[in-house]
Amino acid sequence: MRHRLPLPYGQRINRDAPVPAQFDGHDLPAFDGDTVASAIVASGQWVVSRSFKYHRPRGPLTLAGHDVNTLVQTPDAPNRLADELPVRDFPTTTAQNVSGSLMADRSVIIDWFGRFLPVGFYYKAFFRPLGIWSFWERLIRWAAGLGVANLSITPGYTDKQYLFSDVVVIGGGPAGMSAALAAAEGGARVLLVDEQPCLGGSLTYHRFAIDTTERDQLADQLMVAVQTHERIRVLSHALCNGWFTDHYLPVIQGDRLYKVRAKSCILATGSSEQHVVFRNNDLPGVILCSALDRLICHYGIAPAGDLVVLAGNDQAWLSALTADDAGMTVAAIVDLRRGPDETALSEEAARRGIAVHCSATVYTADRDPKTQSLRAVSVRAVTAEGQVGDVIATLDCRVMAMSAGYMPAYQLACQAGAQLHYDDASAHFRIEALPTGMFLAGSVNSVHTLSALLADGRNAARQALSHLGFAVGADETAICHAAVNHPWPIFPHPKGRDFVDFDEDLQVKDIVNATRLGYRDIQLVKRYSTVGMGPSQGRHSALPTARLVARATGRSVSETGVTTARPPVKPEAIGLLAGRRFHPHRRTALASHHEQLGAQWIPAGLWSRPAYYGAPADKAQLIAEEVRAVREGVGLIDVSTLGGIDLRGPDAAEFMNRFYTYGFLKQPVGRTRYAVLVSEQGVVIDDGVAARLAEDHFYVTATTGGVERVYQEMLRWNAQWRLRVDVANVTAAFSAINIAGPESRKVLETLPGSVDLSAEGFPYLGCRVGEISGVPVRMMRVGFVGELGYELHVPSFFAEQLWSLLATAGAPWNIRPFGVEAQRLLRLEKGHIIVSQDTDGMTHPCEVGLDWAMNRTKPDFVGRRSVDILAKAPLTRQLVGFSLAITAPKPLEGHLVIREGDIVGNVTSCEVSPTMGRIIGLAYAHPDDAVPGGSIWVRTEGGVAVQARVEALPFYDPETERQLL
Amino acid sequence: MKILSCPLNGPRNIAEFIYGGQVKEMPDPAQATDKQWAHYVFYEHSHIGVVREWWMHAPSSYWFIAERHNQSDEVLRTYDPSELFAEGEPPLPATEQQPDSPGVS
Repeated sequence: MRHRLPLPYGQRINRDAPVPAQFDGHDLPAFDGDTVASAIVASGQWVVSRSFKYHRPRGPLTLAGHDVNTLVQTPDAPNRLADELPVRDFPTTTAQNVSGSLMADRSVIIDWFGRFLPVGFYYKAFFRPLGIWSFWERLIRWAAGLGVANLSITPGYTDKQYLFSDVVVIGGGPAGMSAALAAAEGGARVLLVDEQPCLGGSLTYHRFAIDTTERDQLADQLMVAVQTHERIRVLSHALCNGWFTDHYLPVIQGDRLYKVRAKSCILATGSSEQHVVFRNNDLPGVILCSALDRLICHYGIAPAGDLVVLAGNDQAWLSALTADDAGMTVAAIVDLRRGPDETALSEEAARRGIAVHCSATVYTADRDPKTQSLRAVSVRAVTAEGQVGDVIATLDCRVMAMSAGYMPAYQLACQAGAQLHYDDASAHFRIEALPTGMFLAGSVNSVHTLSALLADGRNAARQALSHLGFAVGADETAICHAAVNHPWPIFPHPKGRDFVDFDEDLQVKDIVNATRLGYRDIQLVKRYSTVGMGPSQGRHSALPTARLVARATGRSVSETGVTTARPPVKPEAIGLLAGRRFHPHRRTALASHHEQLGAQWIPAGLWSRPAYYGAPADKAQLIAEEVRAVREGVGLIDVSTLGGIDLRGPDAAEFMNRFYTYGFLKQPVGRTRYAVLVSEQGVVIDDGVAARLAEDHFYVTATTGGVERVYQEMLRWNAQWRLRVDVANVTAAFSAINIAGPESRKVLETLPGSVDLSAEGFPYLGCRVGEISGVPVRMMRVGFVGELGYELHVPSFFAEQLWSLLATAGAPWNIRPFGVEAQRLLRLEKGHIIVSQDTDGMTHPCEVGLDWAMNRTKPDFVGRRSVDILAKAPLTRQLVGFSLAITAPKPLEGHLVIREGDIVGNVTSCEVSPTMGRIIGLAYAHPDDAVPGGSIWVRTEGGVAVQARVEALPFYDPETERQLL
Repeated sequence: MKILSCPLNGPRNIAEFIYGGQVKEMPDPAQATDKQWAHYVFYEHSHIGVVREWWMHAPSSYWFIAERHNQSDEVLRTYDPSELFAEGEPPLPATEQQPDSPGVS
């Protein structure tokens, strides 16, 4: 069937632009505008895939990207919907989930012993007897999954964009276009989001009436008006994949995820046409009426062979007329009802000579072994709800189109908290309890005739405008009496294969059996049977499932309900959520100096810091040299990443005193104190140095990763205390350089400055404000690395100047820059903890030897009471220093400390110390073992246990003589 | 994504805010029993109704208080903490006696 119908059929294809394409190795007669699925059907083949469980041949059902039967493999990705993929962009596709070939899939054997695979099989079969899982696992892993992921592709580009709109209309059919126009006319800025490549929705394929003149005129008028309106922006081929609070809408178009914030949103999402449940209703060639309409109108394809239409409503009759117009042979219309509501349809069918069987249904469909597709249907009289009588006719046909009704595309509304109601008597749906600012228009609102669709769109726009505060006129009534839903289009067959859910290969008995096992609640039926869990998310299975469960449990469909709708509406690529590859990090003002010095970078929180300087091949040696420079000469490290907070005001000291654990009221100007912060739970969360620069001015450092939290906590406490203090986070405003080592004072003394650097004039733990060679500087004598040292904090503008001054001045002493690696070792030798490395979310001060820093003579500090309570209880663990022979296996951070077979703690820091000639580290151990000279067992890499010696801290310079120089 | 109205910056995406827990009245740390204190530190109200919460607008580091109904998730009111906490609370008496700290930085 390579022939295409002439215009106006085939609006979407460009007959002048053939596209060379292949599916599963066969050439396809494709044109630009075809989807992969339409091109496959145009080639005369219905089979596109094999089903998930039974490997039954499957063909397109909706041709709108709403069913799972068209899943194919592209070169780069599995599970792409062939009825969504433009063949122009995906000329080569293959079948997936087959062993052998699509037409002769060896796994079809599963279909034969399918009765031994009842629903809930997974839960029952694989756990008994013990150990049987290892047998099943191999088989299941082989059978699981559909396509093949291409692991060698380079990730594509995806990005995100923010959009804002007064009104977002979702769905570009007649109701959506009408709503968009009316809202724009009323003065609102409108974004119209439509899933299909071309606007128009059902106007582009559905017939609405015997005479199509009105539809054709309306379609043209609306599309032009919408596309030319200055206040309407149209996003075509774009999917609104969820609803989030306050109308935050993720809209996917190609490789872009739009994050749309709407003031109001109108859902014109339409409805899903429903299938009829009968034996072999999954045969390729059995499609929905809308799919047949789409084939003919969008792609100009009139499939070969006779057509049978199975009608549960008048809409199906209209599809038969469309097919007849397109030259197809309509073998019969089989109507589940006594006849059409619209008597003109009967007359039109008679006029065209179409055979009609009323109060009848297709009971079984037969397969042609050669094409694996539909060959004939058997028609039987309907005697009662779901029951059939004698065979009326057996009709040869290659195509069967069906419509049992239309279920509102309720997903977005229900995600927003609305409820779907169903009237069992009239088979009418309605959606209620919409959130503020959300309105419905069109068939999602159970409106189906053309005039009512347009009126309903205008109504929704009027409601949205009113919500936005625009002046609006009176409501008009959108009355639609069309009964489109057949109440019971389900005809179970004793031999089964009467599919409710095509995604998961579920039949009537699977659902009914689930209820017999006690799963009455629809949510439990879903979880037990997996109904509705497939990619089509219950678009076709939800309604028959609700009906079957309702019937089996003696309730109404409304009482039974549908399962919870959650985003995403359709499967989405993870890459779209991830967005661009974008990893920002902060660099200090000295970064270019470090580059010139050959720094190797490591991340530290949000920052990049030099790990060490020189070639990676010499790493160990370079770090050892940097350490030696600090211990024996002088070294220079960029510590700008340290947090810095300025506190000024008459109550600054009072604030410090309440916030940190130590006493600060009597701290003299020109002195620093150690500042430990505990949470209200009594956990150590940060530490730093508090320098009192003036009576009313403290400058406090905080850890690199903790400063934000410290700053925020300060602001929060003072929002309650309301002390007269101004708190400013000056981390980025200041850069800091630590010059450390026995020669550091000599280096500084060569530079002209205003500060007396002598041991008496500027002792250990002092702080000074002054200048060095004209650079304004805050100086602190600190001992983090355990040597004489000065931390120089300068406005970041002066950082490079100061670094150069120090490097030049230090040249006679072979001053050497050192990185984070050397600093970590130096501070470990000194036994100083790093909060968040040597502490965790449970560490209280007594566990890490900080009890001395808790000032219990002052009235209170944040977390004081909790610390007191914790201090009363016996310690359960304690941070200890340990050492090992340099030849022992080196424990890593996180390795466990074992005592009599139990885990009692873990290693938090561990390095090889050239200064000590041993491996040294910190670890949490049992308090009884925290005795210098004792031992702890550490389980190192590969489970090797090593016995480490417990050491007194600090390892290096226990009398703290070197930093006092 | 929810929109939260910041008293300082107006309506902003909730992603710009940091939640700071419920506003709780601190018992007198010197008088409370251990149990009362633990209750204050670890427990939050979980009854259905309006709760008072700390929120911070992260880009401006501004803390404020929101009154939110925890069933409908509707934020009824947001306001500056000064409405709740007295201005110029007198500093607590100074009784500290402590030498300078040993050498840790």
